Amino acid sequence: MPANRFNGFSDLGIGIGLRVPHYQHILSKKPTCDWFEIISENYMVDAGRPLEILDAISEQYKVIQHGVSMYFGSADPLSREHLKRLKALVKRTKTPFLSDHLCWGSVDGTYTHDLLPLPYTFEAAKITAERIRQARDFLEVPICVENVSSYAEYHVSEMTEWEFLNEVVERADCGILLDVNNIYVSSMNHSFNPMDYVNAIDPERVGQMHIAGHSKYEKYILDTHDHAVIDPVWKLYERALQRCGPTNTLLEWDAHIPSFDEVHREALKARKFIKRITREKMNTETQRHREALV
Amino acid sequence: MDSMKLAKPKKLLAIQRLAAGAIRGRLDENDRTPRSMQPVAESFIKPNDRLTSLERLEIYNRQYWFRLLDILYDDYPGIRAIIGDAAFHEMSKAYLDKYPSRSFTLRNLGSKLEKFLAEQPRWGGKRQAMVLDMVRFEWAQVIAFDGPADAVISPDVVAATDPRKLKLSLQPYLTLLDMAYPLDDFIMAVKRQSDALRSEASNAIETPSKRKKHKPVRLPRAKRTQLAVHRYENMIFYKRLEPAAFEILKNLQAGKPLAKACDLAMAKSPKSIAPAKLGRWFQVWSELGWLCARKAK
Repeated sequence: MPANRFNGFSDLGIGIGLRVPHYQHILSKKPTCDWFEIISENYMVDAGRPLEILDAISEQYKVIQHGVSMYFGSADPLSREHLKRLKALVKRTKTPFLSDHLCWGSVDGTYTHDLLPLPYTFEAAKITAERIRQARDFLEVPICVENVSSYAEYHVSEMTEWEFLNEVVERADCGILLDVNNIYVSSMNHSFNPMDYVNAIDPERVGQMHIAGHSKYEKYILDTHDHAVIDPVWKLYERALQRCGPTNTLLEWDAHIPSFDEVHREALKARKFIKRITREKMNTETQRHREALV
Repeated sequence: MDSMKLAKPKKLLAIQRLAAGAIRGRLDENDRTPRSMQPVAESFIKPNDRLTSLERLEIYNRQYWFRLLDILYDDYPGIRAIIGDAAFHEMSKAYLDKYPSRSFTLRNLGSKLEKFLAEQPRWGGKRQAMVLDMVRFEWAQVIAFDGPADAVISPDVVAATDPRKLKLSLQPYLTLLDMAYPLDDFIMAVKRQSDALRSEASNAIETPSKRKKHKPVRLPRAKRTQLAVHRYENMIFYKRLEPAAFEILKNLQAGKPLAKACDLAMAKSPKSIAPAKLGRWFQVWSELGWLCARKAK
């Protein structure tokens, strides 16, 4: 796994999202799982059962924080209260890095509670990168930003989504949480080739990958996280691994959640691709070594 | 308005203000984005070969309402049971119009609901008193679930301190409720019927939930009920309190010294309270971890 400065030099393996229906199973059966990703906001509370569960699980497993409401792309300044609570949680979980989305969701202090796509403009890239830097300086952990799935595009956009992602992460000098399902969903909704996206991102900055399922409607695809991963998404994942090397990988399953074992089994399908890529990379290295000796 | 062309916003803040307003705009009776929003949608959203600007806006517009209405539906089953599902749905929309979320967490979505229901008594109608009791009760459960906890005071400290000077406080997660109705029994009956799970924040889009129809739980008759809503071993509990016990706890919460808190409660009580009974109350409250040292201001 490429441990890099954007993921706190972590080499985690394959994890799944920690979700309420699995609490009991995890605590009582202590199943094998490389790591869990938590939704930070669910644990940014003062006390009570959420933190009791989190403490019990983080005693046994590696836990990585993933946020849904930092809204780096909002024109509003970052919320101090949010940052303080998030920092308290970072201290509690000792997460080596954290992630949130490349999106906006609040304006003038009012929240939509959605991951809204940004206009791909240089102004938005500059503002977003500034917020990411501010958050990282305050939280004192590396940050990876995740590409969101989207259903709308703006007239004012000046570049493609992947160009915008690269612009932001370079300006912020932060990592990427590459969600290959989101790339697929957006590519279907906006008619672009998802491989162009995967081929364009800076592989050195990818600290983690997300895989997930989605729902297909007549005229668009919704990112519902309620199905198994489909083959075209696995293909994007494989290509992303070819470019980035074996990377911390997480399966998201947030609605109609099946048993822990079923979710974990689905996540472990990623192993096949990781093994293949590792083998290919080793063969390439061996070949290079032989050529150098000759 | 359909034929109007609006200027295209260019700056990020202007786009976000326009988009947020459009996303929070009300859906029509068929849960669709009204056609009157077309010029607004066209001013900032590109159409594609399958969807118009308005249809693309509608995906976000519907998702906003479905997500937030679902949260209120799950978190306030008591109010819903009193005023009925249809009225609750309309009330929730009016509430979100008046008090859109100003917190990063959906936990706080109902934080202004008591204020809203007090300002707009038409939602409670002839059951307004019950509705206001219920909204306080349901918010108290949110606080009890994950509210902050203070260090419990040691019984040795209590025993060693002059009760005329000893000031105690109650756990911040504990709420004392003086209600006109026995809503504890009512809410337990409602929850037994409900199979709704508390929603969890995630980045996934939700599709509208299909609700099961329940036979309504009979509304309670008026009966003054004094309760402490608290947590024990991280589970939420409701504990009924005798009037004098409730009074003592209220006095402690208000900052009265221990002896004064008890004296005032006993003076108000029509029946005398045996010292042994008083001792048992304090023993239980102490065992439940309710009593804390009052922090210096």
